[in-house]
Amino acid sequence: MLKRLRENKAFQGTILAIPTLIFMVGLLIIPLILTAIISFGTRSPDGNVIYGFSLHNYARIFGISSECQNGKSICFDPLYMQILGRSLSLAFNTTVLVILMAYPLSYFIARSHPRRRNTFLFMVLVPLWTNFVIRVYAWMMLLRTQGVINGVIGWVAGLLGLHFVPLEMIYTPGAVLVGMIYEFLPFMILPIFTSLEKIETPLYEAAADLGANPFRTFLRVTLPLSMPGVVAGTILVFIPVMGTFIVSDLLGGKQVILVGNLIQRQFLDARDPTFGSAASLILMVMTLIVTYFYTRKFGFGEEIISA
Amino acid sequence: MNPYRRSPFIRISTVLVYIFLYAPILVLIIFAFNSSRTNVLFGGFITHFGPLSMNGSTVIQSPCGPFHWFCELAKNREVMGATKNTLTIAFISTISSTIIGTMAALALQRYNFKLKSLTQVSLYIPIVIPEIVMGIGILVLFSQVFTFLNGVFGITGDDRLGMGLQTVIVSHIAFSIPFVTLVVQARLQGFDKSIEEAAMDLGANELVTFWRVTFPTILPGILSGGLLAFTLSLDDFVITFFTTGPGATTLPIYVYGLLRRIITPQVNALSAVWVMIVFSIMLLMQKLENRAS
Repeated sequence: MLKRLRENKAFQGTILAIPTLIFMVGLLIIPLILTAIISFGTRSPDGNVIYGFSLHNYARIFGISSECQNGKSICFDPLYMQILGRSLSLAFNTTVLVILMAYPLSYFIARSHPRRRNTFLFMVLVPLWTNFVIRVYAWMMLLRTQGVINGVIGWVAGLLGLHFVPLEMIYTPGAVLVGMIYEFLPFMILPIFTSLEKIETPLYEAAADLGANPFRTFLRVTLPLSMPGVVAGTILVFIPVMGTFIVSDLLGGKQVILVGNLIQRQFLDARDPTFGSAASLILMVMTLIVTYFYTRKFGFGEEIISA
Repeated sequence: MNPYRRSPFIRISTVLVYIFLYAPILVLIIFAFNSSRTNVLFGGFITHFGPLSMNGSTVIQSPCGPFHWFCELAKNREVMGATKNTLTIAFISTISSTIIGTMAALALQRYNFKLKSLTQVSLYIPIVIPEIVMGIGILVLFSQVFTFLNGVFGITGDDRLGMGLQTVIVSHIAFSIPFVTLVVQARLQGFDKSIEEAAMDLGANELVTFWRVTFPTILPGILSGGLLAFTLSLDDFVITFFTTGPGATTLPIYVYGLLRRIITPQVNALSAVWVMIVFSIMLLMQKLENRAS
């Protein structure tokens, strides 16, 4: 055994990798398989899982319902499809807005003096590492009907002698959108910065020498070369927005229910793990499909690791 | 052409985005010094030591002055319990995942073996699936295994196996490993192998070479991987939410539970402390990186 360990390189490598493999297979791959198995099962009256093969959980998500009015045996209930659609469109809107906000900032950092670059990046990382829940709380304080934003507007209105009715901001889809943007903005800034930083100055000079104005240079040189960063950032933003439930829970209340909230409730309040597992798998498949087609179209850069 | 030229549009939008990033955090910290108890409105800063009048009526003794809410926080047993859990989980999972992840990085970078591609691919899974899917998966696994074991061994009552600190720690190790491995792997990629060869030529065997040459060189990578694992563990909400049990509440879970019921300046004080700690850890990481490059 010892001799084998000393002489066989492949054996040494396996030994070093085994603990990681145990964790990855045991707590990632096996759980995913188990989730899949359970999603075909049914729920016992006391909330446990009865193994079996039934597609009723998936039928339920896709809107095929047997509890119908007007005497039909099968009808369409769009509830869960609406939740999926809402999550998708929220993830899409968040991603687009985050790109629009992150790009100029990343560009600014990439074009700043190397000595100041680290400080600017550091300033992006501090909010990122401030706890997720705490950051949602900050927006609760700002957006509440008696919160900071309404307080400030009311104070200004008071100075001007105007009558002010506090705005209803929290518990709206807009509040959830703002919360998501705030949570995931840094995940877009870092990869875009990484790809912009790689573009070498002579390239800009060449474009200028050949008569391109700054706008044209941006369109034909900067933007195409920074696409890997945008793609990596999109993956890092889109996927977590699809699965997050705290933001919609605290800022959306009962108004904005996303796939994440649906799954969470199946495991805690409603206690139907089989339905929750099915929803969880559909969420995973949806994000994988979107990621697959997106990366196939635009390529998959190493920028994703830099973040 | 000046390579550092940035148009006014870029400058203005940069300033606006930085304001967007920092205004909420600033508000959070300012309200930690609020002299109003309900935290609905800002009643001004607490300016003096001694008796405090809250909302005009309640008078409370405040030996801490402006730091009143921080003292209340320190007196809060639930907060202290959650802090202890959070740190226990973070320390154990950081040490374990750093060792395990570094081993895997060495294996992937230096050796060829049968399970190499499986190992490398599995490390990317946490990046491409939503965290809730991983959390649900682990919850399903543990609950099925515990139900099975409790049934087989006939364990009943308080002795029943269930979720707790152990399940949270094991899950944290699992999601930290990929990050440690990827960071250390990146460090190993930039490693000049001729130094090792020189050590061997001078008569050092493989073990001595590793401990005297390789290890010190990649140590900054291991340390920043470890710090990353530590911050990830401190910060984690989703995985912890699904794997925690009675008596294993962490700070993020505690704050979340609190926010669904009431809001007090104590949460702001906690946030302020949190921001300060994260800020210090990140400064340390920055220093390590500077030394490495």
